[in-house]
Amino acid sequence: MESDQHFEQLKDIVKMYLPDDVSVDAIVVDSNFVKELNINSANLVDIVLDVEDAFGIRLENEDMDKMQTVQDALNIIAQKLQLKK
Amino acid sequence: MLIVNDIINKLPYTDPFLFVDEIDMVSDNAIEGRYTFKKDEFFYKGHFKEQPVTPGVILTECCAQIGLVCLGIHLLNSEEVGSRDFQVALSSSDMHFLLPVFPLETVIVKANKLYFRFNKLKCEVKMYNQETQLVCKGVLSGMIRNNNI
Repeated sequence: MESDQHFEQLKDIVKMYLPDDVSVDAIVVDSNFVKELNINSANLVDIVLDVEDAFGIRLENEDMDKMQTVQDALNIIAQKLQLKK
Repeated sequence: MLIVNDIINKLPYTDPFLFVDEIDMVSDNAIEGRYTFKKDEFFYKGHFKEQPVTPGVILTECCAQIGLVCLGIHLLNSEEVGSRDFQVALSSSDMHFLLPVFPLETVIVKANKLYFRFNKLKCEVKMYNQETQLVCKGVLSGMIRNNNI
């Protein structure tokens, strides 16, 4: 499924910014970037910039505010890709 | 458009941790500023014993105050009118040091914006001495945001 593929792509990006004490297995659809994956706000920006490049989309400040969990990110990616079509 | 001196007045630092004397140029993509290390800066007493040399962390701080914070203030004010109160935090630094800086030397910091998005400012910085020799260079990034949003 397309969303599974998006999740794998997103996971590959997120894992580069995980702190040493958080395992890659901790990245699941429900994970909260800041509270559960211990990603700081500066690295969350890096994730967004990598997501933009990987999916060929552009996120706005409102999208950033909404992006709290992996699922939120997947929703935003799907929505932006839909708009591109 | 902010007057250049206003940028320095808005800096959240003071003696003995203010490392900006002047801003010579600022635009939406770059900034240039300078600082002269005083003879009796607090760190010279211990770095090193009887042989004062400016610590690399202080050179990094000087680069960050000019390249990230001063430029960030300029960018925040271009984006949003009337912002006064803001917060800053250094998030990463990757610096290389090439020459020592002694007391009473003036350094010039030139920074180029790589990006400023979602409150994260990432810059390429270079510091030169009076002889225009490269003292240190690197990439710094930090978060800067207005408190009133």
